Amino acid sequence: MSIATLFEIVLVAVMLGLGIWTITVRETYSAAVGFIAYGLLVALIWVRLDAVDVALTEAAIGGGLSGVLLLGAAARLRGAEPRAATAPGKATRAAAAAVSVLTAAALATAVLLLPDSVPTLAPTVVANAWATSLANPVTNVLMAFRAMDTMLEKVVLLLAIIGVWSLASDNAWGGRPGPRHQADPQGILVFLARLLPPIGIVIGIYIFWTGANHPGGAFQGGAILASMWLLAVMAGLTDMPPVSSRWLRFVLVAGPGLFLLVGIFGLWLGPGFLAYPRTLAKPLILGIEVAMVLTIAATLGLLLAGAPERSVRR
Amino acid sequence: MSTVTVFGLCAAAAVGFGLYGLITNPQLLRKIIAFNLLGSGVFLLFGVVGRRGEAAGIGNDPVPQAFVITGVVVAFSATALAIALLLRLFQADGSTTLGSGTPPSVRSDPPGG
Repeated sequence: MSIATLFEIVLVAVMLGLGIWTITVRETYSAAVGFIAYGLLVALIWVRLDAVDVALTEAAIGGGLSGVLLLGAAARLRGAEPRAATAPGKATRAAAAAVSVLTAAALATAVLLLPDSVPTLAPTVVANAWATSLANPVTNVLMAFRAMDTMLEKVVLLLAIIGVWSLASDNAWGGRPGPRHQADPQGILVFLARLLPPIGIVIGIYIFWTGANHPGGAFQGGAILASMWLLAVMAGLTDMPPVSSRWLRFVLVAGPGLFLLVGIFGLWLGPGFLAYPRTLAKPLILGIEVAMVLTIAATLGLLLAGAPERSVRR
Repeated sequence: MSTVTVFGLCAAAAVGFGLYGLITNPQLLRKIIAFNLLGSGVFLLFGVVGRRGEAAGIGNDPVPQAFVITGVVVAFSATALAIALLLRLFQADGSTTLGSGTPPSVRSDPPGG
């Protein structure tokens, strides 16, 4: 048995163990911590599946930002743990277990019975890579071949932020999201919030830029930029802008807006919606990605900050 | 049995755990966490099928990879919206479950503000 196989067995065992713990542990806070660790192990599995782009996304968004979001919510809901009486009865549990086992068994059977002749789009992606002169096949799919999905996903992000903002109470409408964070100015959090952002911003921009040819891209880079922003906000060094601010709203629509404009431009001058003129493909894609990385960073940060809670005095 | 198959079975198990937690945990935040667990299992199934589709020097079919990247971001935004709804529910009547049996406890000081 090679080292790699051993590593994979341990990885799978720990991941499944953490999954069970996350579901069954008593305290919600522990479940959130378990979910963060679980997300990071899933990112390692993505590396073993040779999908480094997904691994970066999973580590940054699935493990990191989701984890912070869940921890923040768990901390706010502490003390509201319901009594055991609200837990479902034995019959419900048994039925739920049966449904879950059946579903898992059906999926496992499907995995075991996958056909030997594997359908794949990888050769098509490689054969058409010349059209964009980008070397990262995943970026090619995201930004060119399936650009419609990526654009609509930006719209989903925008809808989510509108949904979160619309949950503000009347007196906080259009105000600043989340509580004002305070931290000990001599403490470790403030120290890290001063030390890490310069490095993190460079890494975020690098991951975004290198995504054209190597694993990385706008999502992963944007998530890192968002986390640097949030670090500064949580240390109390800066504050979230009021959601009614005009420049903030401009940044939020910049990504999908530019994407849509380029798409319509393709309909007008090129062969179809979101078709890039061949000579301009790379600069257009990079331009959209620059707008997108800003939009993603702002949107992820604001989604984490939650609904507006403090009104702005005019 | 190859490594990819083992990861696939692992993904199926994650879907099962997530589904069980989603049904049996009364607390909404636990349901959100369980739903994320279920989602990560589904994404891993994409990865397993993509890994089997390795060709042309690419270790994992880039099309499902792109779907999963999009999916992870959409799952995050849905989670953020769900948590915002939950916090608003908690602020409004102090409950963190959906059951009609829980009497809403009156809170004198709503959080935030």
